[in-house]
Amino acid sequence: MAGKTVIARTPKTVMPGATRARRSLYWQYLVEPYLYLSPAIFLIGTVLMIPLIIGISYSFQSIELLKPFDTGWVGFENYQDLWSDRKFWLALENTFWWTFWSISFQFLLGLGLAMLLTTRFYGKKLFQALVFLPWAVPTFLSALTWAWLFNPVIGPLPHWMASLGILSEPYNIMGDPDLAMWGPIVANIWFGVPFFAITLLAALQSIPSDMYEAAEIDGASAWQVFTKITLPFLAPMIAITVMLRTIWIANFADLIYVMTGGGPANSTQIVSSYIFTTAFRKLDFGYASAIAVALLGILLIYAVVLLWIRKKLVKI
Amino acid sequence: MTRTRAHPYRTVGKYAALLGYLTFALFPLYWLLKIAITPDQLIFSEGTNLWPSALTLDNFRTVLFHTDFLSYFGNSLYVSLGTAAVTTLIAAGAGYAFSRFAFRGKKIIVAIMLITQMFPLLMIIAPIYKIVSSMGMLNSLTSLIVVYTAFNIPFATFLMQSFFDGIPKDLEEAAMMDGCSRFQALRKVIFPLTLPGLGATLGFVFTAAWSELLFALMLISKNEAMTFPVGLLTFVSKFSVDWGQMMAAGVLALIPSCLFFIFIQRYLVQGLTSGAVKG
Repeated sequence: MAGKTVIARTPKTVMPGATRARRSLYWQYLVEPYLYLSPAIFLIGTVLMIPLIIGISYSFQSIELLKPFDTGWVGFENYQDLWSDRKFWLALENTFWWTFWSISFQFLLGLGLAMLLTTRFYGKKLFQALVFLPWAVPTFLSALTWAWLFNPVIGPLPHWMASLGILSEPYNIMGDPDLAMWGPIVANIWFGVPFFAITLLAALQSIPSDMYEAAEIDGASAWQVFTKITLPFLAPMIAITVMLRTIWIANFADLIYVMTGGGPANSTQIVSSYIFTTAFRKLDFGYASAIAVALLGILLIYAVVLLWIRKKLVKI
Repeated sequence: MTRTRAHPYRTVGKYAALLGYLTFALFPLYWLLKIAITPDQLIFSEGTNLWPSALTLDNFRTVLFHTDFLSYFGNSLYVSLGTAAVTTLIAAGAGYAFSRFAFRGKKIIVAIMLITQMFPLLMIIAPIYKIVSSMGMLNSLTSLIVVYTAFNIPFATFLMQSFFDGIPKDLEEAAMMDGCSRFQALRKVIFPLTLPGLGATLGFVFTAAWSELLFALMLISKNEAMTFPVGLLTFVSKFSVDWGQMMAAGVLALIPSCLFFIFIQRYLVQGLTSGAVKG
């Protein structure tokens, strides 16, 4: 539309070529791309960005659906409550362990799988399809499946662990505050290994093969090849993937909500599942939003620190 | 990577590792299926045996015909297909704009899209609930489609952009030289070439919408509007001893994801890596 008005107003004395050039520049740099982008921008704006701002404003209000007449601005009261909320600090600690163990095992097992998949063996295509399958399993179903596997009535895991001597008797580890977190962590590892394997596999395949040939001619050992060629080449990819995945896992509440609901005694409550239970069970939107803003702040600090470290390390 | 050297320990170790990964990946799914086909009276007596002594399809029959399973399934199918179709259409447009145009504000829009991939989506669960309920749209599948579409647009856009980037610009420029408008060139030349990319994006978005749980829990409370994850979870907390039926429902819920997975498997490496690097 804007493009057309420009044509209409152009005086006839201007050279036709010049007009067209100006029109198409204007069209190409300001109008046309936004025609293709506008639905995306509109939806992201109305469904993500505006609620985000509203959510931040909620954290300064008292909004409890169960007390509809007790709403209003309360300043920093929610944050003061948060500061003295023992459950929040516990959830923060749990988030750290949950993320740390999940990402470590996902990464190591994913790297191993990716390296195996660069070798040749019989039935590789089928193997790859089957081993990536957990990634396609809906998260709520992974959660339920693993919850059942850990259940001594119908699942084999407690019995195996007991006969290996890990447990004194076959009981459900998700009822034990000291061990409960390992239930969701194992489910998360199962679900997340394919993602790491796929990402690292693509990175491995981009390493030029003459590097390996040269190393072989020079008589390098397998360990030397791995540490001197493979790892340095993978490093940038690893850094980005681990950073993005850490944020994603720290926010990932589905598995925990389904498997333990944060219990027993909040021993598996992470910050994001705490947000959800506060909003969904207690319908306390003000407090839930305050926790969410705190989580966002922590993740932002994490991202800034990581980017800073990366800048210091990568000398380009 | 390394050529197979005839070193027996290495070969054995490698195949042991392959077997280990395969077992870890498949055992939970095998167990799901196993309990689903074990007759009820045998579940407790031989619940932890690797193979049941008798098989039955009763659980599947019960789940399909005596529960609300089919209604949940239909709702989820509707929501996931709707989300996948709308998202792919919108993301194709946005991805095309990113791939083919240099324009003012591009960096800001890319940055905003990246940020939406970073922040905890649960942050907006309370405002979304308030907005949706004030519009009287609670328990409506349309509201779920709108919300899921917005969630998936950024990732789908980067994915589509990478597919468009893979198509040489000369193709549409040649078409435009021959008198096509840009849109015609897009429709007649580029569209057929991006069909695989569109398919992969559809698959990714479908899978994501199919497994979303927390927003659906918040926005849907009526039984007849429940999507599959919400319905199954309600089922689990209501009938927590009907193990066979729950697992039969689980096996059935796996089917659409697995179908889509087989379909998108070819594009997995290509798609995920380009998406992972950029967002």
